[in-house]
Amino acid sequence: MDQFKMPYFYNYPPYFTLQPVKDTRDKQVQLWKELILKYCKNYKIFIINLDEEFPLFVNSSIERKLSHEARELFLGALVTEGKAEWLDKGHRKCLILWRTITDWANLILHFVKENGFEDGVMTLDEIRTGDETRGTDIAGIDRTVLIKALRVLEQRGKAAMFKGTSADDEGVKFSA
Amino acid sequence: MDRIWAEVLRPAQLTGAGRPIFHPNEIECQLVDGVEMQLETVPNAPSFRNVVVILTTHRIVCVDENSKNAGAIALGAVCRVFPPKKTLKSMFVASRMRIQLWTKNGSVADGANSATESAIVLVMIFRGQTSSDSFISKLGEVIEAKAWEADIKNVRVVAQQSIAGGPAGNSHSVRGPADQLGSVPLVRKLNPAMAGVSGILRKEKEQLDEADKNLQEAFSDLNALMSKAKEMVSLAERMRIKLLAAPSQQMSAADDEEMGKQEMQDWLLSVGIVSPVTKESAGALYHQQLARQLADFVKVPLQKSGGMLAMVDVYCLFNRARGTELISPEDLLQACTIWASIDVPVAMRRFDSGVVVIQSKSHNDEEVSMRLEILVKQPDAMRQGISATDAARALGLAPALAKEHLLAAEMRGQLCRDDGADGLRFFLNILVQVDITKAFQ
Repeated sequence: MDQFKMPYFYNYPPYFTLQPVKDTRDKQVQLWKELILKYCKNYKIFIINLDEEFPLFVNSSIERKLSHEARELFLGALVTEGKAEWLDKGHRKCLILWRTITDWANLILHFVKENGFEDGVMTLDEIRTGDETRGTDIAGIDRTVLIKALRVLEQRGKAAMFKGTSADDEGVKFSA
Repeated sequence: MDRIWAEVLRPAQLTGAGRPIFHPNEIECQLVDGVEMQLETVPNAPSFRNVVVILTTHRIVCVDENSKNAGAIALGAVCRVFPPKKTLKSMFVASRMRIQLWTKNGSVADGANSATESAIVLVMIFRGQTSSDSFISKLGEVIEAKAWEADIKNVRVVAQQSIAGGPAGNSHSVRGPADQLGSVPLVRKLNPAMAGVSGILRKEKEQLDEADKNLQEAFSDLNALMSKAKEMVSLAERMRIKLLAAPSQQMSAADDEEMGKQEMQDWLLSVGIVSPVTKESAGALYHQQLARQLADFVKVPLQKSGGMLAMVDVYCLFNRARGTELISPEDLLQACTIWASIDVPVAMRRFDSGVVVIQSKSHNDEEVSMRLEILVKQPDAMRQGISATDAARALGLAPALAKEHLLAAEMRGQLCRDDGADGLRFFLNILVQVDITKAFQ
């Protein structure tokens, strides 16, 4: 995983203060949305928990950090755009979709076809951390995101999920 | 103004805001609006309509506020006043007052002497809101007081003093009336008591004593202070001139003393409206006239402070200059509101935050915005931003006003804010300029 290179305005103090003037704030929100997506994609981060410190939101070199209000506003803007989802009603946890669910579904389908799993069966854990997916974009996918993507495939008739005895052996049968 | 009126009335000068420029020692006594002036003695002469008439201790000044034309009648030329007749009819029609003027060879004379005759009769018809009664009684008083004659005597005394080797004294009373007095016989008299170094010393002492006496009398009670106000102003003027002359004689004086003197001079300069507009003199026209006087007054302080002053500062400066005739904040606000409807070079402005300021109309935000831009583009400011105090120092403004400018610039999208541990600081708004397609690479 490469070190993420922060944009130059990340060290500009006003970037960390919620701007009161509409035009300026709109641009600020836009820049933050983009930065959050790029950052999470780089480090394969799927969930931001607002109750914990998130390194992106704190810039110790200029001693600035985002207020709680600002964090929620920026994530909320991503949610409105469909690029994130709140995982709870209290807006504490946010699922960041730096790749849309449809894109994830397509990616899995592509993997299945490339590797001859057209009629195969895999457990969810195999997909996430197994040898087959190692080195591909799918490796390390968040469980919630994976299930959402497989549901999309189910609807298209390309996969069928089944439950085992425990959460470990939840699996999927592909029929691409 | 019609030609015939230009002949009867002497030209009178107005300030930029449409207030008459008074002669030294001249004090305005009463104002009345909506007056129509007619010439009874000239058949078919057009009347001079809807003028504001200002009665001073020396003149009757007639101002047409729309065209900014003005003319005056010297009170010395007034021969007789016929007040309006008190009849039942006068309850229903506008009251008319007739004034007979001294003339000489067909034109209005300065004052009565053997060559003058009384020929012209002016009629003033009071059609305005203000009652004519107080105007007429005040006219009687000022004609009785003959303030203009006292002035002429003053000039003679001053002229004699300067010949006798004494200091010029009240220099500004020499201006104006003196020009017309070229023919006054001046007796060159050498007074032994005034000669030599001891004479100068004695003279100095006399002046000091007199100043002392003035001060004591002035503060003995408030009424006396009011009547002494004019002398206090001229005393202040004399002290200022003296202070101005002093540094050249004592170059060795310490620096802080110099500073003190400068400050003292500024104070003395700000004691200075000789004839303040009062409710008593202006009546219903009070706020309008106050507005005009204020407009003239704030010009200088506005220039000094970069074209903008906080209302609170104006209130303080204006009242200090008025001396005893203080005005209430309410009156000040009203006067400023009137500016919008009359032609003056200043305006009141309310910022979004509610701060009210006075600014000259020539003042524009673009210039301030340019100076702010230069300020925030300095390397230090790019790193740490600028506070309201920094901006105030750089722009020469009060911090509260500087903050208003910063907030206005923020509203325009020129600046953005940082609300960090060091308080509110402003930065150049680079956020809006960021090209989002190129920013992440």
